[in-house]
Amino acid sequence: MKTTYREAMRAAIRESLQRDDRVFLMGEDVGRYGGCFAVSLGLLEEFGPDRIRDTPLSESGFVGAGIGAALAGLRPIVEIMTVNFSLLALDQIMNNAASLLHMSGGQFNVPIVIRMTTGAGRQLAAQHSHSLEGWYAHIPGLRILTPATLADARGMLWTALSDPDPVLIFEHGSLYPVGGELADDAGAVDIDRAAIRRSGTDVTLITYGGTLPMVMDAAEQLAAEGIAAEVLDLRTLRPLDDETIIASVSRTHRAVVIDEGWRSGSISAEISSRISEQAFYDLDAPVGRVCSAEVPIPFARDLELAALPSVERVVTAVHEAVRHG
Amino acid sequence: MNIRLTAAEVEHAASLLTEMVRVRLLEEKCVELYSAAKIRGFMHVYIGEEAVAAGVMSALEPEDAVVATYREHGHALLKGVSARAILAEMYGFVEGCCRGRGGSMHLFDRATHFYGGNAIVAGGLPVAVGLALGAAMTDRRQVTACFFGEGAVAEGEFHESLNLAALWQLPVLFCCENNLYAMGTALERSESQTDIALKAAAYEIPAWTVDGMDALAVAEAARRAVDAVRSGGGPHFLQLRTYRFRAHSMYDPERYREKAEVARWIERDPIEDLRARLSATGRFSDEDWTALRAGVEAEIEDAVAFAEGGSPEPAQDLTRFVYSEVPK
Repeated sequence: MKTTYREAMRAAIRESLQRDDRVFLMGEDVGRYGGCFAVSLGLLEEFGPDRIRDTPLSESGFVGAGIGAALAGLRPIVEIMTVNFSLLALDQIMNNAASLLHMSGGQFNVPIVIRMTTGAGRQLAAQHSHSLEGWYAHIPGLRILTPATLADARGMLWTALSDPDPVLIFEHGSLYPVGGELADDAGAVDIDRAAIRRSGTDVTLITYGGTLPMVMDAAEQLAAEGIAAEVLDLRTLRPLDDETIIASVSRTHRAVVIDEGWRSGSISAEISSRISEQAFYDLDAPVGRVCSAEVPIPFARDLELAALPSVERVVTAVHEAVRHG
Repeated sequence: MNIRLTAAEVEHAASLLTEMVRVRLLEEKCVELYSAAKIRGFMHVYIGEEAVAAGVMSALEPEDAVVATYREHGHALLKGVSARAILAEMYGFVEGCCRGRGGSMHLFDRATHFYGGNAIVAGGLPVAVGLALGAAMTDRRQVTACFFGEGAVAEGEFHESLNLAALWQLPVLFCCENNLYAMGTALERSESQTDIALKAAAYEIPAWTVDGMDALAVAEAARRAVDAVRSGGGPHFLQLRTYRFRAHSMYDPERYREKAEVARWIERDPIEDLRARLSATGRFSDEDWTALRAGVEAEIEDAVAFAEGGSPEPAQDLTRFVYSEVPK
């Protein structure tokens, strides 16, 4: 069937609400407004205000309430409008959701799912545009998902809700309108493994989330030049699927990591480091990285584009990698 | 002073007295063990504030949930966590209620619905609201009691939580332990409005101010509040005026308050106060007091022996409980 990322996510939420009475959705404007990005449009009418629960603008309060509800046996889906706003709830995410199980000696797991939009590209400037999923991937106790495809938008949520521990789902804002074909029987997918989205032999392009479509375009352009790029979609930033990453790089002997987050102290640095640790002698070139410029994302269109990874920058990084050996 | 108590009232008062003494002697033992380097880390004792936990806990049912702060040894004990498990936890041993992973500030216990042990000031309030939301959405009659100090009132999470609880009419009892100091910062130095009950009232939450040095008064207020919450009356708020007799933590040199002020509050020791009132009834003798203390001393000594016999969790188990071990 024809669908969009937004509709696939909505179908995933609807299915979860239908399958499990313990599931409910809460967040700012998820109900009457239909969701800031229209993901939950229509669900209030279908499931009622108890299960599609509008909250005041109090990120720490309602994320903490989600944690408490999860402790009480429910399966909350908490929506935060953007990753920048999630910083107001960082105390609850870090000090409670991620820590309670360990701090309580294994007594209190927190089966909460927290969804939020992430990423730039829509001229929303420096308080709505950042990619902080790599930060969250730093925190033990969390699982970090970055669905990039329709199948993952449709299938990751149910698996996340079945996880006994806190799962954060980062939805890149530019993906919501992306359309395409999705199998009629599409359903739950694994949330453990990275996926090879395009096979190739000359270089592995490692990316996730919102930059996947751009990286696929870059691979197409490289193919026209005779460079066969493999595209690896991480899907899950914590835990990282080292096995799939290392297997691919060991085949292609070159890697470029593309991450819309900043470069310093980032998930791209972590991936590069793991490749160096585990596949150093298989490499024919230093691991390349294409990240966002280290500036708060600016408003002006040209400046914003200049700050973000692009096909051109990916191609340049690949040229640099293949120049070696 | 009311000396005409019924037999049931005497029994109730004696029970509160016993609970307060249990907390007092546990805390005094903790201080002793800390000084002997048996307990390490940050430790905060509740000496002086016992009437609050004893009074509120007396109004709760076993299935009710409690969320507390980092000054929570007494709350854990009175909710039903054994002194053994509490002390072993502070020793950092696997026999502790959190296998030694939490320590003094992070006591948790699933069996008694004790949800910490929260060392982020006000961080427990949203969680308490969520526990109450869970109870409301599953039609359970559980009440969640949430303890926090007056310092938490300055945090945004306090306001967010009160608003949510009132907006959704959730079964939560907020218990503000106003001991006048947020670590070393006096209430009047940190709040433009020092009557905390007014802040709760601004959220349309029934809020009562109670003498937190009077266990009977706390118990009575808590009973009424818990009844109201349980019967669907929405959140309630108690401001409990109390005082900690000891320093904020074991590291605190107490430069911020006068010794004379501390001495004035110690004259109102909630244990001495209730004991005197019980004695005045003629139905609680010195022998009763001696027996009460002896019973509690035995409980604490047993707990110390248990903790002393504990063992550290092997280092190879370090990374357990970061993620659940239950099958997915």
